[in-house]
Amino acid sequence: MPPPDSLTAARPPAPAAAPDWPAGLHRALSRAGVTQVGIVPDAGHAALIRLCEADPAMRVVRLTTEEEGIALAGGAWLGGTRGVVLMQSSGVGNCINMLSLPATYQLAVPMLITMRGEWGEFNAMQVPMGQATLACLQAMNVVTNHAERAEDVVEAAEATLNLAFNTWRPAATLIGQRVLGAKNFKELT
Amino acid sequence: MAMVAKDGRLHRRAVVAALLEDRGGLAVVSGLGAPAWDLAAAGDHALSLPLWGAMGGAAMVGLGLALAQPGRPVMVLTGDGEMMMGLGALATIAVAAPANLSVVVLDNGVYGETGMQPAHSSAGVDLVQIARGCGFSRLAEPTDPAGIAALRAQVHACAGPLFARVAIDPEKLPLVLPPEAIVLKNRFREAVMGRDALYA
Repeated sequence: MPPPDSLTAARPPAPAAAPDWPAGLHRALSRAGVTQVGIVPDAGHAALIRLCEADPAMRVVRLTTEEEGIALAGGAWLGGTRGVVLMQSSGVGNCINMLSLPATYQLAVPMLITMRGEWGEFNAMQVPMGQATLACLQAMNVVTNHAERAEDVVEAAEATLNLAFNTWRPAATLIGQRVLGAKNFKELT
Repeated sequence: MAMVAKDGRLHRRAVVAALLEDRGGLAVVSGLGAPAWDLAAAGDHALSLPLWGAMGGAAMVGLGLALAQPGRPVMVLTGDGEMMMGLGALATIAVAAPANLSVVVLDNGVYGETGMQPAHSSAGVDLVQIARGCGFSRLAEPTDPAGIAALRAQVHACAGPLFARVAIDPEKLPLVLPPEAIVLKNRFREAVMGRDALYA
């Protein structure tokens, strides 16, 4: 589902002092040969989305719901190319049954997921799905790893891309809310 | 088999067989349930990929495939209930605008696999108008064999995303099961990519 906090979409997605992990993620996607990038707009991925949109080798496909991205990346793999899905943790709940597609047909479907509902969250509605994200992915046999510090994000994503594309299955990197910067929109008003 | 049923609607398997005539390099993804059995009944083919599940996902699998294979016509063949579960995909496909993707909905107005419960399309929900509103410029609603033949030609024309609705007889037909999922996947990829498909 789209993030409820679209008013904040223009905010920088990461603290100024953090390493430039969105650029690192874009390079990792390029190195992995990813050409289809399915997205539901997300503040945490805003910088990466811009980099993918500016890359002529990548096709960014805007989705209405994250489960479309699972099917899209599965179709990309069937057609001999490589896709990725960028989403927020709230979107993982939308994907659950669609994850039976890459699980059953053994399709390479990597996901890069920005977390909400954990580190310093201000919005109560983000907490239930954020706290259930890992359990939902594990319940559907998605191989996961977790980056809690900015310097770990690119390495974790590369591990997910390699695992998905080499072993033909869904895999996900969870990018902790601590990396994105705890949100406290009350301070913005 | 005659294509036109007694009430004027069309027999689904005759429609599918006609759409697949002289298919060439046409790749087909079907939604779960009856369209998957229809696709299997039309004859086993490496470029046919029936989905055994993932309800609501057929059109988006078709989009990923169409973008990956821009020189090849891709047809999604699904039912009205499966399409209704993934209506957002029509907006996504219209915005992405792949020239080579067609979405063909076999509309019997009921959930045939689960006991013929009425579906929204039988209560006035118009899938063609929804597709039009999403931005599909090529729309078709064939009602006879000549219309199906014309639709087949449009699918191969690859002249922009196409949405078609075919009103079919809500008949219950014998199951014709396709092969298992991983077999379908591997031979589909091999047909598209050659032997490289079998190696990571």
